[in-house]
Amino acid sequence: MMGKQSSWNIKKTVSTNIVPVVFTVLCLVGAIIAEASPFFLLSSVITRLARNLLLVFSLIIPVVTGLGLNFGIVLGAMAAQIALIAVVHWNITGLGGFTVAALLSVPISILFGWLTGKVLNKAKGNEMITSMMLGFFANGLYQLLFLFILGGVIPMKNDTIMLPSGIGIKNTVSLKGLKYALDNVIMISHDSLAIPVFTFIITALLALAIRFLLQTKLGQELRCVGQDMNIAATSGIDVDKMRIIAVILSTVLAAWGQLIHLQNIGILQTYGSHEQVGLFAVASILIGGASVTKATIGQAVLGTFLFHLLFIISPMAGQKLVGEPQVGEYFRAFVAYGVIGVSLGLHAWQKQQARKNKLEDI
Amino acid sequence: MSQKIKKFLDKFGYTRIIIILFLIMLFIAAFALELQTDSLISGILNRAGMNMILTLAMVPSIQSGTGLNFGLSVGILCGVLGAVLSIAMDLTGWQAFLIANGLGIVFAIIAGYIYGLLLNRVKTQEMLIGTYAGFSVVSGMCMFWILAPFKSPKMIWPYGGRGLRVTVSLEDTFDKILNNFLLREYNGIEVPWGLYAYIILLCLAVWLFSRSKTGIAMQTAGSNPRFAESCGINVDGMRIIGTILSTVLGAMGILVYAQSYGFLQLYNAPLYMAFPAVAAILIGGASVHKASIAHVIIGTFLFQALLVVALPVTNAVLPEGNLSEVVRIIISNGIIVYALTRIGGGE
Repeated sequence: MMGKQSSWNIKKTVSTNIVPVVFTVLCLVGAIIAEASPFFLLSSVITRLARNLLLVFSLIIPVVTGLGLNFGIVLGAMAAQIALIAVVHWNITGLGGFTVAALLSVPISILFGWLTGKVLNKAKGNEMITSMMLGFFANGLYQLLFLFILGGVIPMKNDTIMLPSGIGIKNTVSLKGLKYALDNVIMISHDSLAIPVFTFIITALLALAIRFLLQTKLGQELRCVGQDMNIAATSGIDVDKMRIIAVILSTVLAAWGQLIHLQNIGILQTYGSHEQVGLFAVASILIGGASVTKATIGQAVLGTFLFHLLFIISPMAGQKLVGEPQVGEYFRAFVAYGVIGVSLGLHAWQKQQARKNKLEDI
Repeated sequence: MSQKIKKFLDKFGYTRIIIILFLIMLFIAAFALELQTDSLISGILNRAGMNMILTLAMVPSIQSGTGLNFGLSVGILCGVLGAVLSIAMDLTGWQAFLIANGLGIVFAIIAGYIYGLLLNRVKTQEMLIGTYAGFSVVSGMCMFWILAPFKSPKMIWPYGGRGLRVTVSLEDTFDKILNNFLLREYNGIEVPWGLYAYIILLCLAVWLFSRSKTGIAMQTAGSNPRFAESCGINVDGMRIIGTILSTVLGAMGILVYAQSYGFLQLYNAPLYMAFPAVAAILIGGASVHKASIAHVIIGTFLFQALLVVALPVTNAVLPEGNLSEVVRIIISNGIIVYALTRIGGGE
């Protein structure tokens, strides 16, 4: 009887966590095909975890508040990059420069988050696609700012980061003075393994802050809105305001996340660094087993780990299988898009099923 | 009186007014800069014709109630696959174009059916799921293009490199086959009558279908599913028909696009191709729930005219950088965001 009980438990655990289980298997198979050394995989994944965790965490609050997955974190990344350009322009380096960028990105991302929240409040029921399209739209404005307004309308002079014509920012901006600014505060390195401990500590503190916030009164109100907007409204909660707060918090966290990401990479692709941020973060958290209505820190960590493991493995496996690393790269794009499509699809289907049952009950 | 004007403006749509004003501004700038108007008009006619069928593909999907077809790339890939196969068979001219269309339509019917089944399971979230279904099919097909065992020297890399080329020239197959058919020139303005005859034919077909019994049933299912169900209409079936039609038009549309462009674009090129089509029909005055052939024609002309005129004007004003591309991104995505905030309802 005991045995039966435990086997049933395993079955249940597997079926409720089917997505992470499938991806674990996929990673294992890929690693075996690629004959990758576990040490190499571990060290690359640790770097990528430090780079990406906070961006993925930034998705949690909107999910809890019922806005679904906020593809609009791209706007947070843009806010971070605006702040970074300013810091590079003023030539402030090191941890000080990073801190200034982090502080400067706050008002910008609050503004962006507020605007995003306003738009999403007008698109209730379609928040996710609206936030995605809003990201594309904002990208146009971002390019307008960095290609034409800086130097064109707003006077700015800087030979190292601006295009030779004096109008617009270069395609790539070196963040030499800021590289590893946060990572190097406490860094444990051994052979080729480097663990940016301080970055992990900051990320963990922010994760705890998210968790703590959700326990407070504000957090309870956010969750209440997430469960049922109508009930929340009748119990006196300002639903629209709560939703805007959730988006603002998410955007600010995403901006910091992007700063951590870029200080580790050390190069800013002015017109490209932010584009895939939403896609990769959303795919990561979904691979960890999160859904449109439920997401936890644990799922974010697990998902980021698995997604980036797959990211490293698939070109290697592609090389070994068909002698073409490109195949692996297409495969991981396929996985990123596919996992979003499938899990959002499954969620919409379950909701439709539930609605049908409710109708039949009446 | 002022209320009347407001009502008219509401009905006509603020987006359309803004776009038209913007366009007039561009035209004035073009005149002031003494740009060649005849080549601009030829360009507009050419570009609008090139994109018209892709915009037309939005009509059945909106009418059947699945909303804007953000997964149009599914249909586009069917057309591209048809063209690739017709090149692999070493066909040329009209034969190549017709076989590409025939194969594309067959693939699109199958793919559209499956896509329709998917959309029926995710009601109210069709546009989101459609976007990601399209994205994943495009990246899935990338693996196919690189691994497929095609041998035709027109498509593979001349030396080194595996798989098909990123862009395949249609020079020896069906380059400009519709554009050059009945091409006439009036005072320097080129009018591709053949292309427009083909477009009118397809528009007419879609219009006739919407007047047929099935078409009316489909529109009822789209605009009021509960009422349709009580009339004995198979709502899910109608939505599948709409999706299949949209996918088929996507396949035929990309072939029109490709013959006009002269190249077939593989790999990641179809990834974002649905968005300009979506933007165009919205500019034409369509909404997520309502669309007509008139919206398609007006929208495609306005949108493409904007792009064609903006390029030389912005280049003359600001020779460096690519301002017109930035303007395109802002306008097309801004219009889509605006339309999404106007759906209303929600839950």
